[in-house]
Amino acid sequence: MSKATTLYDKIWNAHIVDEQDDGTCLVYIDRHLVHEVTSPQAFEGLRDSGRKVRRADKTLAVADHNVPTTDRSAGIENEESRIQVEALEKNCADFGVELYSMDDIRQGICHVVGPEQGFTLPGTTLVCGDSHTATHGAFGAMAFGIGTSEVEHTLATQTLLLTKCRNMRVTINGALPASVTAKDLILAVIGKIGTAGGTGAAIEFTGEAFQSLSMEGRMTVCNMTIEGGARVGMFAPDETTFEYLKGRPKSPKGGAWELAVEYWKTLKTDEGAVFDEEIVMEAADIKPQVTWGTSPEDVTTIDGHVPNPADEPDEFRRNKMERSLEYMGLEAGTPMKDIKIDTVFIGSCTNSRLEDMRAAAEVAKGRKVADGVRTLVVPGSGLIKELAEQEGLDKIFIEAGFDWREAGCSMCLAMNDDKLVAGERSASTSNRNFEGRQGPGGRTHLVSPAMAAAAAIAGHLTDVSDLD
Amino acid sequence: MEKFEKLTSVAAPLPLINVDTDMIIPARFLKTIKRTGLGTDLFSTLRFNEDGSDREDFVLNQAAYKDAEVLVTGENFGCGSSREHAPWALMDFGIKCVIAPSFADIFYNNSFKNGMLLIKLPPEDMAKLMEDAERGANATVTVDLEAQEITGPDGGLIKFEIDAFKKHCLLNGLDDIGLTLQKDEKIDAFEEQQNAAHPW
Ligand code: SF4
Repeated sequence: MSKATTLYDKIWNAHIVDEQDDGTCLVYIDRHLVHEVTSPQAFEGLRDSGRKVRRADKTLAVADHNVPTTDRSAGIENEESRIQVEALEKNCADFGVELYSMDDIRQGICHVVGPEQGFTLPGTTLVCGDSHTATHGAFGAMAFGIGTSEVEHTLATQTLLLTKCRNMRVTINGALPASVTAKDLILAVIGKIGTAGGTGAAIEFTGEAFQSLSMEGRMTVCNMTIEGGARVGMFAPDETTFEYLKGRPKSPKGGAWELAVEYWKTLKTDEGAVFDEEIVMEAADIKPQVTWGTSPEDVTTIDGHVPNPADEPDEFRRNKMERSLEYMGLEAGTPMKDIKIDTVFIGSCTNSRLEDMRAAAEVAKGRKVADGVRTLVVPGSGLIKELAEQEGLDKIFIEAGFDWREAGCSMCLAMNDDKLVAGERSASTSNRNFEGRQGPGGRTHLVSPAMAAAAAIAGHLTDVSDLD
Repeated sequence: MEKFEKLTSVAAPLPLINVDTDMIIPARFLKTIKRTGLGTDLFSTLRFNEDGSDREDFVLNQAAYKDAEVLVTGENFGCGSSREHAPWALMDFGIKCVIAPSFADIFYNNSFKNGMLLIKLPPEDMAKLMEDAERGANATVTVDLEAQEITGPDGGLIKFEIDAFKKHCLLNGLDDIGLTLQKDEKIDAFEEQQNAAHPW
């Protein structure tokens, strides 16, 4: 009998083109997503060396990081942003790559667009010049972020030189408590393992709490795998996955669909396969989460308090905590619920899908945004925006006083006009609370969509159940 | 790609953990379509006051470290985004080697692809090196990739490990794409076999 292997092993093994003596492998890449920020230098490299894109048919481009989320009819005002988006358009035209440009309804955040179009499929290897590419692992794909040199390498050769990750499994047993979302699960996991806990690892998520999640929820979990240091996060594909993919524009059709599903069903970890590291948690212990510091591992529960650096024995960590609290303008011991916010951002590749919009709208419904709180609700793609509007979610948001926007990355990284000013504080559904991430001097608290909407209504961080 | 063989320089101490890519180069500076010129905005928030003047407390603003080519720092350096602008900015500033207890994966790969050497060292060696680095202008270190050795200012030797393939590429300034294109036939064969098995 052959050795029991993990889901990750199976996909890895199925994509080895060549193996060097030192174990470095040349790995075939099935799908490549390209966006405007990390690709211009790669296309320039191809041009300089007279190389072509090997498989334009396996490459899909979309402008997302820089695009305005307000009216786009006048184009992009900021010159540098415009040049970057125009460079993408020109590069795609020159090299024959399909592009969803700014006025295309299919345009959106690359990690939302790939799955939505059925471009992301189980068992594939998928890369993008963006660390949150791990998102696509929700489908049982081996998906990971790469730098621009690797973007160029993939464009030119449709392969990458890689060393294999170690196998790690995170299991959350038991049913998901009612108030706990996918975002809370992954924040709790990062709080436990730390931002470097998954370094060098491919994480498989299992257990009832994870498996009961929708595809949207699974994408939220895999999206933030990188915040735990791991390059790859995955779920074994199941009926939920197939259901989501069936009939998508780029999903297999007809006989190929049947064949594909048959193959996809084999994509799971064998019984007895050994993981290099196992983490086991209980769903019943997990509560709604919120971050207090400047790293996603700086997380506590909504009914918790800002921690005290004096309690931290490690000097490096204590310094980092003190620095974080100073940056965040927080006092140790403050109840999280007492922290007032200025801005609420609901969006990003972590939480901008229809389910996220619904969760936020449910909280917003019939309520009003607190005085002085600025809000941005930014759907992940033009298609999500359209679906949400068909359901009337836009009206619920607008009536409650939320600002309903066009699709894009927006305040997740503040490359367009959507940013915090120094000292401003946000409750944000995005994935990074790094210093300056949402604008220089901006202070970010990461939360789920429902909690973000609740914070907008209350004017401070709060638990949804505390709203009247 | 430029070769990396041997380097002698002061080492700038940056004793912070989890230095993320937004700290190395904030997103607002990613709007370039070039690889060069990012050094001016390296560590922007740490390096400059709001009015654009230098923050004197930041290590790379101090006379002794202005020309440092080696950076000595804390664990999980380079975590966060996949932006290759992070190593580009470090290199554009003049940093050619970063030494830390650990690095984030993507940053690690990106750096080597640009000819920058990253060295992981155990805590005891890190503590010694950090101490040396803090001595400033008179304390230079020599990093010898071929020998896999760091020589401290007092002649003390620290050995380091590095992946053989990465070492080979760095020593010879090899470009991965050129190497891979030599395996074109193997890629063709793989595509053929995959097309037959999984035609979607
Ligand atoms: S939404 Fe944020 S994390 Fe996601 S791709 Fe855009 S910038 Fe990156």
